[in-house]
Amino acid sequence: MSNKTDSNLYTILFAIAMVIVVGGLLAFTASALRPRIDNNERLEKQQNILYAMGVNANDESSAIFVSTDEAPELFSKYITKQLVLQGNEVSEDNEAFLIDVKKEQTSAKEGNERRLPLFVGNKDGKTYYIAPIRGKGLWDAIWAYVAMDENMVVQGAYFDHKGETAGLGANIKQRYFMDDFIGESLMSNGSFKGITVAKGNNDPKNTDKNDNEVDAIAGATITGDGVSAMLKSELKQYVSYFENLKNN
Amino acid sequence: MGLLSKKDAALIKDPLADNNPITIQVLGICSALAITAELEAAIVMSISVLFVLGIGNVVISLMRNIIPSKIRIIVQLIVVAALVIIVDQVLKAFAYELSKTLSVFVGLIITNCIIMGRFEAFALGNGPWRSFLDGIGNSLGYGVILIIVAFFRELLGAGTLLGFKVLGDPIDKTGVYAFGYENNGFMIMPPMALIVVGIIIWVQRSRNTALIEDH
Repeated sequence: MSNKTDSNLYTILFAIAMVIVVGGLLAFTASALRPRIDNNERLEKQQNILYAMGVNANDESSAIFVSTDEAPELFSKYITKQLVLQGNEVSEDNEAFLIDVKKEQTSAKEGNERRLPLFVGNKDGKTYYIAPIRGKGLWDAIWAYVAMDENMVVQGAYFDHKGETAGLGANIKQRYFMDDFIGESLMSNGSFKGITVAKGNNDPKNTDKNDNEVDAIAGATITGDGVSAMLKSELKQYVSYFENLKNN
Repeated sequence: MGLLSKKDAALIKDPLADNNPITIQVLGICSALAITAELEAAIVMSISVLFVLGIGNVVISLMRNIIPSKIRIIVQLIVVAALVIIVDQVLKAFAYELSKTLSVFVGLIITNCIIMGRFEAFALGNGPWRSFLDGIGNSLGYGVILIIVAFFRELLGAGTLLGFKVLGDPIDKTGVYAFGYENNGFMIMPPMALIVVGIIIWVQRSRNTALIEDH
């Protein structure tokens, strides 16, 4: 190394130049690609919602979405209503789709009343209510789209995560885990109970659909607990909507 | 190899055997524990590291004469972080599906000590071409160990390989499970990765005693 690169002035100038160049490069990439990324994320959300209500291209064992080209068209075909629930008020809002669940959770913590998006879909004469929910896994955020019928029995679910361990917690987005939720009821004897991801339950094939339990993934205890907690705390807020639905 | 001189070829070959980054240099252990529960994840990680280390080594090597030595580690970190983030953003825009698969690995790549280790130990003192070969060689050496470890962990821990049920179905009791075989749940826990790596180190050193340090 020459002496030139050892001087303090050079070091400081180099650091400044580096920050400007790298910062500029990152800012440029991020802003140039933003519209495309946003569009991809929107399509993914539509794919996720459709997946939960059973509109997907699944083969025997893996979870496959409808293609991105078809997603917008299928979304407007199958999703009949987009609702926003706030307190006891229910309003129809075609922008419900754009509600950011994470932001709503934060603002609810600050004491504001939370806006809960709910998508109503219709497929082969059957009505699906799909709720987007969000919670915490082991390392980072986990989220899900849960499709229910009017009795809060799960009809389909799609789980995803930001950074769970590959091969362990990341397996919540595998079919063998997600499919177990189908047919499980969130209610028990008329009150809300949620669904627990249970370790050591004696029902690995998940034949008992009335136990409010699905089989956990080995080696993913904390992610599984996060899923249970998310389902419980988030879907509970939808209970009053379903109760009103029945009374009317 | 006609394409490479003997010295250059050694840059590729050595890390695959007697100078392996994981078993000899003891670099990249953290990710060897974290993502070897499944073969697929190990393969994806190996390929990602191949790209990042190959390109990163070249970039650092080109900059080696202008990097101030006092802040070289920070400079290396910025180069690799910027590289990974830009690739991640481009994938998100143009290959969204692929980026979903890789996003979990982004953090693991940036903090992978193989990358910083090779920047520091090789790219700072060698030309771009040799640095490129060193990067490829070391990531291949890393990948080989990752894949061996993941092979055994997935096979013995979950009874599958790349998601295929090669040993039969543990719940329906088909294949070897019909004879009372059980998956070893401990294999999918991170400590078992360390033990498998330990066994590889043992096998390697007993085959080549020159590798055993005397102390």
